[in-house]
Amino acid sequence: MRLLLVLLVTLWASAASAQSLQDLLQADPEAISDPSRRTVGEVLGRLVDSGLPEVPAFLQHWQAKEVVQRRSDGLFFVGEPDGDGHILHDVSNGAEAGRAGPREVEELKPNAGVRGVIGSALIRFQLSDPDPARRQAALDAIANDPAADQIEPLRASLTDESDPAILVRKERLADLLAARFGSDPAARIAAIEDLGSDIAVEARAVLNQILASTSRVADTIPEEANVARTLAPGSADLPREAAYVMLVEAGLAPPRVTEAEIRDALSAAIADGRVGDAPAATLGTDEARHAAYDAMAAARGLPPRVTEAEVDAALASHAFWQDYEETDPAVTAAAERALGTAESRVRLYQTADIVLDAVSLASIYFLAAIGLAITFGVMGVINMAHGEFIMMGAYTGYVVQTLVPDYTLSLVLALPLAFAVTFAAGVAMERLVIRHLAHRPLETLLATFGISIALQQIAKNIFGTQARPLTSPGWLDGAWIVNDVLGIAYIRIAIFVLALLFLALILVVLRRTRLGLEVRAVTQNPGMAASMGIDPDRIAMLTFGLGSGIAGIAGVAIGLYAKVTSEMGSDYIVQSFMTVVVGGVGNVWGTLAGAALIGVLQKWIEWFNPSNTLAAQTYMILFIIAFIQFRPRGIVAMKGRAAGA
Amino acid sequence: MTIAPAAALRPRFVLAGNPSVLWALLVLAIFTLGVSFLSEGMGVGLISTSFVKTLGKTLCLCLAAVAMDVVWGYCGILSLGHMAFFGLGGYAIGQWLMTARTTEIVAQSLAGQPLPPTPRELEQAVATQIFGVVGADEFPWIWAFSDSLGLQLLMVVLVPGLLAGLFGWLAFRSRVTGVYLSILTQGMTLALSLWLFQNDSGLRGNNGLSGLQNIPGLDGWGQATLSVAFLWGSALALALGYVLFAWLTSGRRGSVIRAIRDDEARVRFLGYGVEGTKLLVFTLTAMVTAIAGALYYPQAGIINPGEVAPLASVYLAVWVAIGGRGRLYGAALGAALVSLLSSWFTSGGVPDVPLGFATIRWTDWWTVLLGLGFVAVTLLAPKGLGGLFDLVPRRPSRRQGDWGPDDGAWRREEG
Amino acid sequence: MTNTTSLSIAALIAAFGATTAAAQEACPIKVGVLHSLSGTMAISETTLKDTMLMLIEQQNAKGGLLGCQIEAVVVDPASDWPLFAEKARELLTVNEVDAIFGAWTSVSRKSVLPVIEELNGLMFYPVQYEGEESSKNVFYTGAAPNQQAIPAVDYYLEELGITKFALLGTDYVYPRTTNNILAAYLESKGIPEEDIFVNYTPFGQSDWATIVGDVKALAADGEPVGVISTINGDANIGFYKELAAQGISADEMPVVAFSVGEEELSGLDTSNLVGHLAAWNYFMSADTPENAAFIAAWHDYIGDEARVTNDPMEAHYIGFNMWVNAVTQAGTTDVDAVIDAMVGQKVPNLTGGVAEMLPNHHLTKPVLIGEITADGQFDIISQTEPVAGDAWTDFLPESAVLEADWQKLKCGMYNTETQTCVQLTSNY
Repeated sequence: MRLLLVLLVTLWASAASAQSLQDLLQADPEAISDPSRRTVGEVLGRLVDSGLPEVPAFLQHWQAKEVVQRRSDGLFFVGEPDGDGHILHDVSNGAEAGRAGPREVEELKPNAGVRGVIGSALIRFQLSDPDPARRQAALDAIANDPAADQIEPLRASLTDESDPAILVRKERLADLLAARFGSDPAARIAAIEDLGSDIAVEARAVLNQILASTSRVADTIPEEANVARTLAPGSADLPREAAYVMLVEAGLAPPRVTEAEIRDALSAAIADGRVGDAPAATLGTDEARHAAYDAMAAARGLPPRVTEAEVDAALASHAFWQDYEETDPAVTAAAERALGTAESRVRLYQTADIVLDAVSLASIYFLAAIGLAITFGVMGVINMAHGEFIMMGAYTGYVVQTLVPDYTLSLVLALPLAFAVTFAAGVAMERLVIRHLAHRPLETLLATFGISIALQQIAKNIFGTQARPLTSPGWLDGAWIVNDVLGIAYIRIAIFVLALLFLALILVVLRRTRLGLEVRAVTQNPGMAASMGIDPDRIAMLTFGLGSGIAGIAGVAIGLYAKVTSEMGSDYIVQSFMTVVVGGVGNVWGTLAGAALIGVLQKWIEWFNPSNTLAAQTYMILFIIAFIQFRPRGIVAMKGRAAGA
Repeated sequence: MTIAPAAALRPRFVLAGNPSVLWALLVLAIFTLGVSFLSEGMGVGLISTSFVKTLGKTLCLCLAAVAMDVVWGYCGILSLGHMAFFGLGGYAIGQWLMTARTTEIVAQSLAGQPLPPTPRELEQAVATQIFGVVGADEFPWIWAFSDSLGLQLLMVVLVPGLLAGLFGWLAFRSRVTGVYLSILTQGMTLALSLWLFQNDSGLRGNNGLSGLQNIPGLDGWGQATLSVAFLWGSALALALGYVLFAWLTSGRRGSVIRAIRDDEARVRFLGYGVEGTKLLVFTLTAMVTAIAGALYYPQAGIINPGEVAPLASVYLAVWVAIGGRGRLYGAALGAALVSLLSSWFTSGGVPDVPLGFATIRWTDWWTVLLGLGFVAVTLLAPKGLGGLFDLVPRRPSRRQGDWGPDDGAWRREEG
Repeated sequence: MTNTTSLSIAALIAAFGATTAAAQEACPIKVGVLHSLSGTMAISETTLKDTMLMLIEQQNAKGGLLGCQIEAVVVDPASDWPLFAEKARELLTVNEVDAIFGAWTSVSRKSVLPVIEELNGLMFYPVQYEGEESSKNVFYTGAAPNQQAIPAVDYYLEELGITKFALLGTDYVYPRTTNNILAAYLESKGIPEEDIFVNYTPFGQSDWATIVGDVKALAADGEPVGVISTINGDANIGFYKELAAQGISADEMPVVAFSVGEEELSGLDTSNLVGHLAAWNYFMSADTPENAAFIAAWHDYIGDEARVTNDPMEAHYIGFNMWVNAVTQAGTTDVDAVIDAMVGQKVPNLTGGVAEMLPNHHLTKPVLIGEITADGQFDIISQTEPVAGDAWTDFLPESAVLEADWQKLKCGMYNTETQTCVQLTSNY
């Protein structure tokens, strides 16, 4: 008896120790080390149901890819990276359990789907977690995968929520869940009507889910159906072929006999080189094949061909409609109304968003082209190497960033330095090459092209062909987000501001300074300017330096939002030329107008044809070519003598 | 083309104002025959088939350069879009080559079936073969004539001719000149290449047309023989083109063309039809360039939109400038020399130059050399390589002035 | 290179073969390297040229092949597709190489194909591609769609429960064909056509604001959206920067890329991209002794610890070792003999397991899915058993009936319905 009792106690003790987390995990180690979204729910259920207090902490480690499995014995630990190995911690109490070398443990990397399921399992533990970040994570998990059983825990957690922002989010999610899964129709409709004023993706997602519908076909529309709309076969919504396929799938019409089936049936029926009466060699046309098939179909029990008239008759005698999955017409009607209101507002914001994108693109084109416009306007020189100056600026930014690790400081240093480098390069090019080709614009064009390909290859030889990182400082990361539709990246706003800054700077230099006065004089009449004591060569040199310097700064800006490669210049050169030519040569406002026109136009064409960006660019160039026919001197044409050059 | 010995160029008899034409044709003929006899296809095999192909393609580039020279060096229109016409010619002939070759293959494979194929089945099978790579199985409308060699040959000259005619008519009518026109032509070729890049354009997008070196119906010939045949064809085209352009730029018509280059307004005041002449030159050179392209791509084997990218046309201008503008043999010489040098340097055949601290590898530095060399030629030797021939002492001829570009020609009127 | 047994055996056989076969072989054995060293593709292809030179150097250090040293003939087709055909002809007829390792883009491969088939050459193509091809003279050591794209979509469907897809690609043949196959596959899995958004952009696209915005808007009907990116080369940099800027996290809208590997990420700050995905047959982070040795050898050869390794490099590693083994087995570099010996060759993958050359000239490879980490590497979150490469996809009706088998059927395009060989040469 006593012995039995001892035995029982021992058994109970071993049963209790089987309840330890490690044992629980070892019960099915595969499910932990190699989980799948579909199957992980089971093991999660077991873990959560065990009621062990350390389970939530373990799940958080698992979710954060911090759990490791020792190869030698298959035990799980929380691994803390330490050099090329890990310091192991016990899964239950976090006590240190030794160190593992590089290949002694395997890091467990649950995939995003599994992590999502873990997140859902954690929701009820995390909704009232003291750490606000965890509470946010729980709310994200709800938003990503809403379910009816989340309503109660979420509502329960509302009362003791201290953070006002999280409280707002919780209430909102509770509303969304109520609208979608609520049991009381009146409350649902009220919640749905609230969503009409909300253009967030989350809210529209809920409405669309409520409005989910399926296409159906039958002889007539049944009374009890909650019909979304009826469909007419042959319309754009339901093409004739698709409608007939629906009929066939519903078993309401015989399938069509395809040409391939006819061919196979005939091939199978060949005997002595003949199909029925016809020699096989004559069956090289559709008509002959149809005739031969019709002749043998009935006899061989093959399905008869379905004629077009039969198709039409079948379509005409059936009703096609779409059915809401939600059965309550009041709810769907409310959702339709709410979605309609939301979507008309969405369209408005979408237009605003396109305008923002267009302005952003225009400011990039403007920055890239303004330097070119200055040199072209003042000196009549086409600088094909302009794109390479942009590239030099970008690489300057890259080099500065490798030397100065602080992104903000390196950007502050890179901008003036890029200007200085490209200014110097521009001046050198003007003195060494362009000056000697004065008044031979076509040859200047080709000579600068030679410099362009040389510079491009030199950059390739120095920096390699791989794209180089040019990272924007942290405060330029992210986007200015008005709502889920309207938003623009900060970096683009920064480029826009930069473009404005340079527009102002150039206007001030040209209008308010001695240099500007001399530049304008040389632009209008170099001979006269020279006779008034202005040195046209010096002006030309400075102008060229200025134009190139701005290209360098544009390079830093473009590198920040796109990429730094040796070929980035050639991506912008033709567009820049187009901007200058469309805008009108030698005029800052002209360049601005050109950039704006091209930016807006490109976005506008993309808007019409969102699946093909390439077509947008093609049409834009064609438009520019046509535009030049009607305004050969650009939007803002120069007047006076300089125009006649 | 090789540089003929200088002595050979001393005119022994004067031929109707321009003996250089005969000399050029003679050099071309000797070159073609020489290469043929040394090739694998005909004779001893000293020159490999791939090099014969390279030489044949070079002749086509020479023809394009000669056309470019006429439009730029003689007429003063710096077209940065002539390679667009070259590419269009290639595409036009490529359509027939692909369709005919694929039809042969498909007909062969369908022949084994119990039922003879219907015309629709045949067409669909061919279309699937050609357009399968871009996920389509139907012939786009621009392939309407692709089953007929005759019509497609007509397209070789017609399509580029129409494009050039339309573009030129619009541009010259609104008096777009100088760098504006250059940029517009560049825009034209960029638009064309972007359009071709789209799969929806129906010309297989970025893949382009390939396998063009297999000429349907001539399967038995082998590439060695074909390469020589194409060398001859290219040489013949170059000869005819050369004569055509020599004729175009001679006499009174030639004077008008050169006068337009030097001072367009003055020619207009003298009562000549400037726009018509420019349009004629632009369109005619475009068509000849297209023929060069139609001969080039069956030798290259593949054409794709990258071939009509703006850079290709700029290189064409570079060849002409290096060879020497305003003389036809200069353009041909420039194209031959630079393109052959390019392929030699980039093939890694040129030994590296060790400098002690670093090694100059020509595959890396050739482009730099080419770019800077080009700047140097523009700055220091505006007459290009062709200018070397001026150093050849010759009897002064009353009728021969300097036909090259005049430094003063571009002078902007000041004040 | 590696210290695996099969390779040491290969080296032993090579050393043994040296005594017997040296007499018949003209030394040195030449290998052509046909990768662009200039132009747009140089970005990717230069690394592969270096990989080949490294592999050849290692093989020579082990005593070469059939008693001969291997000599690399490096040419530069300069990202110019016609030049690929010209250089291939030159390699085969002038330099008389025994095998060519090269090409990256599909169009460059299609350019080389007719030449290599005409002259009966031998080429190893190391990049993942769109399939729909099997040439007698080419061995495809990169992934076919069923070894990269389809498993990645399965991962989306199974593991992430995604029901709405945005297929973004650069406008050329690989994305076009891959997206066609994927669209057909998704439809077979019950995803309706209107839930598949497709967009093509030009090479080097840099303005992504609108497109990323459009994709973001897809989530409005409440279905989980996944992005499948076949965006090529430089354009990825702008794309990922815009993704990061618009705050699209991997949790709400994951992006799986088929053309973005370690090399491409080295041009980016990945801290905002953590969790986005890539599917390959190899990741540098694979934790195997073979891979550690390969990376060490690579760093040693290139002299830069910061250089990464990537999937096409592994493909060349496998391809080259298979070729070495096949030549050793055949005792000659004669192309027909080597082609016969190639099928069935086995070489260990760097990610564990063994790659086997199939009769359709494709490999068996495991498919790996990785999540981008903050240091520009990938966390391998899924690794399948080796998958056999399928030359003709089963998801397009006209390809489903085709089969390639160079061992029994002696045909790369065999119609199983009509039981005929459609053509012996390839489509180009």
